[in-house]
Amino acid sequence: MRRFVPVIVVALLATVPLWLGDPYILNAFITTGIFTIAAMSLNLLLGYTGQLSLGHVAFFGIGAYVSALTALGFDVELFDGFHVVHEPWPVIYGFILAIVIAGLCGYLVGKLSFRVRGAYFVIVTISFAEVVRLVALNWVELTQGPLALTNIPPVTLGLPGIGYANLYGKTGNYYLVLGVGVIAYVVIKHLVQSRIGRAMIALKENESLALSVGINVTRYLVLAAIVSAAIAGAAGSLYAHYLRIIDPDIFLFLYTVTMVIMVITGGKGTLAGPVVGGALFGAIPVIVRSFAAPEVQWILYGAFMIAIIFVLPQGIVPAIERWFAPRPSKKQLVASQSSVSAE
Amino acid sequence: MTAIVPALTIEHVAVHFGGLVAIADMNFVVNGGELLSLIGPNGAGKTTAFNVITGFLKPSKGEVRYRGTSLNGLKPHQVASLGLVRTFQRTSVFRAHSVFDNVLTGLHLSGRSNLLDTLLRLPRERASEQELHDAAWEILTLVGIDKQAHELAGALPYGDQRLLGVALALAAKPSMLLLDEPVSGMNASETGRFMRLLAKLRDRGMTILLVEHDMPMVMGVSDRIVVLNYGRIIAEGPPAAIREDPEVIRAYLGQAGAKRAAHA
Repeated sequence: MRRFVPVIVVALLATVPLWLGDPYILNAFITTGIFTIAAMSLNLLLGYTGQLSLGHVAFFGIGAYVSALTALGFDVELFDGFHVVHEPWPVIYGFILAIVIAGLCGYLVGKLSFRVRGAYFVIVTISFAEVVRLVALNWVELTQGPLALTNIPPVTLGLPGIGYANLYGKTGNYYLVLGVGVIAYVVIKHLVQSRIGRAMIALKENESLALSVGINVTRYLVLAAIVSAAIAGAAGSLYAHYLRIIDPDIFLFLYTVTMVIMVITGGKGTLAGPVVGGALFGAIPVIVRSFAAPEVQWILYGAFMIAIIFVLPQGIVPAIERWFAPRPSKKQLVASQSSVSAE
Repeated sequence: MTAIVPALTIEHVAVHFGGLVAIADMNFVVNGGELLSLIGPNGAGKTTAFNVITGFLKPSKGEVRYRGTSLNGLKPHQVASLGLVRTFQRTSVFRAHSVFDNVLTGLHLSGRSNLLDTLLRLPRERASEQELHDAAWEILTLVGIDKQAHELAGALPYGDQRLLGVALALAAKPSMLLLDEPVSGMNASETGRFMRLLAKLRDRGMTILLVEHDMPMVMGVSDRIVVLNYGRIIAEGPPAAIREDPEVIRAYLGQAGAKRAAHA
């Protein structure tokens, strides 16, 4: 039964543009979807390997800038008289490059910081995001700095010989985000429910024991960082081509915090956690905006977040699983709290 | 009787923590298929020796070799992949997971699918997972905790958790097992069960290095015993000889105790 829940959810989500008339709400669905994908990628690191990346938005932003610049083209003078010129490429290459380059950055950050782990990893990731933000802000020739990259082309879908379609509209973008979200979910599911995933979880639970049975801890931490960054890069690319304008504010700490909130409230270390948390914290701003003044909105947002953590410290998904556990004996209560195999 | 081949060789190993000498100069050999016990009073350096052998600690001096390969500078996971696998003094299991998942995690080195197989869940991934599941059942049955397979590791009785610790080590497919005080805190029947497991493993040709305080057990199962005190080896030999050794008696019972033992 449980295995059909994701299928039913996706089927329901697929019907949304058919009955939802309000473009403002549909827009909220799309941006929520994009941030949910980013939250899923963060969950791989935070929930499964136990490493808190507080600069996760860096990978998201890098994905956005790489994708936008690939599609827009640029002409940059690196040093005296030496120009690097890039002609605009189709958006799909930008999307792929965003994944590859964000993944590469994940590799570098992981390789650098997992030697020290824990608090040091948090510091390295924060610093990395700040450095990238400053580069985006100050390398005006490449990124136009605070003036923002504008006129980013929308995603083009199609096949040679059949024809192409530009995804200007919200409906097209909605299905694109849904599709990428499903792929990201399946990739993460396959990864964590495998030998590789067990190795990641093992090193979070008991590193010495993991080492003693031959698990190369650093290798799997770096692998998690690569996959996590690559998926965040994909989400960033979707963001750039949907909004069609990006500026250095994309690297704001606030976005990282939003992702962390989504993961923690939904339930870190569960597959469904970031999806539930993402949906919730995507919906709350839209809902409170309909009746509260701007200052009150943020207070309500924060109060709601604190309430969830206070009542359900493990997150929403583990709490639901506990509720539906077949025989709620004491052992199973503990089991579902730490479950990592949530479908 | 097969020829005696040294499996693990420890040569002039010394460990210093700042000014403290944990191990002064340690030399001994564990032969293939042998069960050698390392005993000594608390603080004698037994666990330090374990940590050096398995790569958790770098020796200040000396060399450890396993089947001719030097272990110096190898990381713990590399030592494990050579077939030298340890258990820990305190219970060491993945508490939040089922017994079965614990062993599955321990089988890490046996998996043969790569990242692409895993991400796309290709046939090779499924086949590899099936093999790992079968291997996990085999190990659980061997150790005798197969009936608890779906229970939470952290909820097992103490003795069973220790057995699971051994099952985890066995999952790494060791040719030599290092057991750090495996029966400490076990009751008599649990200890008996553990000794039967040791006998089974020995029948399969497993080389075992045992650190243990339970003297009846050590005397009962060991081929040879090495006695450490203050970081030095003070005696080495078969159980009967160790039991009579005046140095050993003095180390365990003190000077007065040694005199009493001599008069008795």
